[in-house]
Amino acid sequence: MLTVRDLDVRYGRVHAVRGLSLDVPDGGLVTLVGANGAGKSSVINAISGVVRPAGGSVTYDGRDITRRPAHRLVKAGLVQVPEGRQILATLTVDENLRLAGWHSGPGRIGEVYERFRVLAERRDLPAGSLSGGEQQMLAIGRALVAGPRLVLLDEPSMGLAPRIVDEVFRVITEIRDAGTAVLLVEQNARRALAAADHGYVLAGGEVVRSGPAGELLEDEAVVRAYLG
Amino acid sequence: MQQLLNGLFVGSIYALFAIGFTLVFGILDRLNLAHPSVFAASAFIGIELVEVAGLPWWAALPAVAVVGGVLGLVVERVAFRPLKGRADAHFAGLISSIALGGMIIALLQWRYGPDTRRFPAGTFPDGQLELLGARFTILQAAILVISVVLMVALAWLVARSRLGRAMRAVAENPTAARVLGVDVDRVTATTFAISAALGAVAGALFAMNVNSAQLGMGSAIELKGLAVIIVGGMGSLPGALVGGLLLGVAEVLAVQYIGSSWRDLVAFALLFGLLILRPQGIFGSRRLREV
Repeated sequence: MLTVRDLDVRYGRVHAVRGLSLDVPDGGLVTLVGANGAGKSSVINAISGVVRPAGGSVTYDGRDITRRPAHRLVKAGLVQVPEGRQILATLTVDENLRLAGWHSGPGRIGEVYERFRVLAERRDLPAGSLSGGEQQMLAIGRALVAGPRLVLLDEPSMGLAPRIVDEVFRVITEIRDAGTAVLLVEQNARRALAAADHGYVLAGGEVVRSGPAGELLEDEAVVRAYLG
Repeated sequence: MQQLLNGLFVGSIYALFAIGFTLVFGILDRLNLAHPSVFAASAFIGIELVEVAGLPWWAALPAVAVVGGVLGLVVERVAFRPLKGRADAHFAGLISSIALGGMIIALLQWRYGPDTRRFPAGTFPDGQLELLGARFTILQAAILVISVVLMVALAWLVARSRLGRAMRAVAENPTAARVLGVDVDRVTATTFAISAALGAVAGALFAMNVNSAQLGMGSAIELKGLAVIIVGGMGSLPGALVGGLLLGVAEVLAVQYIGSSWRDLVAFALLFGLLILRPQGIFGSRRLREV
C-alpha cells in the first residue's frame, strides 16, 4: 500500500531524516518507534505532504505521491492524525468532523458518533473545551470521517492518562481489524510494538533496526539501546 | 434623525469596505493594502459600465463585484502567494500590496486621466422617501440595504457554509486544515476574491453616493478602514460593521454640529477614545486572529 524509499528530509542545515525506507502492506499495522528527536514526525509529515522531502520517493497504491500536497492525499484516502492532535479549538466538535469530510462528505459522521459517544454528547461544544483524551478521539474520528485506506498516526498517546492510552490503542487495533492500513509513530515504543505487525526503530533520522514487531520487542539489544 | 440616517448611509459603505479588509486579516493575519486601490478602481469601472456599456446603476453592481473578485485573485497571486514561505511574509506582503495598489492607481490614471469622473445625468432615480421625519433618496436607501444584505450574507457564509468552516479553520491553524484535506491555497484565494468583491461594491456605492470617482478616493478611505477594523477588533466581522457605522455617524454629526473641517478630527478622536476604554477593540479579544 505504502512504499517509502531513500527518504530525505531537511530543515535548512538540519538533516532530519536520512535515506529512510519502509513499507506498509494493505491492512497492516506498522510502527515507527524511536526517541524524541529521532525524526519520526518528519517521516510522517513528508509522507502526508505537509513537509516537502529533499530526496527519495513515496509510493501509495502504486502511484508516486512524493511532494503531492496534503489535501490531494486526503482525497486519495491517505489521512494523517497529527502530533498534538491539532484540534480546531474554536470550531465545534461537529464542525471539526464536517471539515474532515471535505472530500468524502459527511456520510461517516454518524458512525464516528456511534463509536465515540462522548463526541456525540458534545457535538455542539467548541472542540477546545474537550479533555485531552476526548480531543484525541476527535482527531481519530476526523480521520475516520475522511474514509481512509491508510491512516498515519503521529504520537497518539502523547500526554494522555494510562486509561486513555489503553482506549487509544484499542481504537487503533479496531481500525486495522476493519481493514484500514495504519502507520503508527510512537515514543511509547513498547505499547506500539505490542500492537503492531511490523516495526522500524529510528535513531538520528535513520532506520537502525526493523522486523516483525514481536521480535523487536524481544530483542534485548534493541530494548536496551532504543526502547529504554 | 436625519443626521443619524445620513451617518448610517455613509457608515454602511465604510463597514462594507472595512469588512473586506478585516476578512483577509482575520483569516491570513495579513493586511492587504491594495484593497483601497480595488475600491477606487471599482468606482471608475462602475461609471464606465453605466456610461459606456449602458447598464443601469443596479446592474453595474454585480459586474463590479465580479471584476473586484478577479482583482482580488490577482492581488493574492501577485502580492501575497509568492511571499508566503518567507519568515517576514507579513511585512513583505504589506509592502508588495502597497506596490501593487500603486500600479492599479497608475493604470487608472493612464486609462481615465487625473480628473474626477461622474455617473451620467439621469443614472439614479429622483424619488425621495421619508422615515420619522427624515428624508433620503432611493439611492441612499438602496446603498444601506445592499450593504446590509452583503454583510449578512457574508456573516452567514462564514458561520454556516462549508467554505466558511474552511475559512475559520485556516484562520485558526492552516496546517491542521491542510491535513484535514482543505486546499488552503484555494481557500486563501477565495477569501481574497470575496474580500475584494466587497471592497469593489463599496467603491461603486461610494461613487454613487457622492456621484464622483477620484484617483485618491482609495487613500482617503484607507485610513478610515484601518481605524474601523482596529476599533471594531482586528479580524472581527461584527466589529467592522459596528465600527464602520460608528465612524459614519460620528463624521456626519461632527459636520452638522461642529463644522466640516472638524470632521476627521472629531471622528478619529472618538475612535481613539474608544480604544483607550477598550484597547482590544469593541469585539476584539486577547486572541487577535479571529474571523
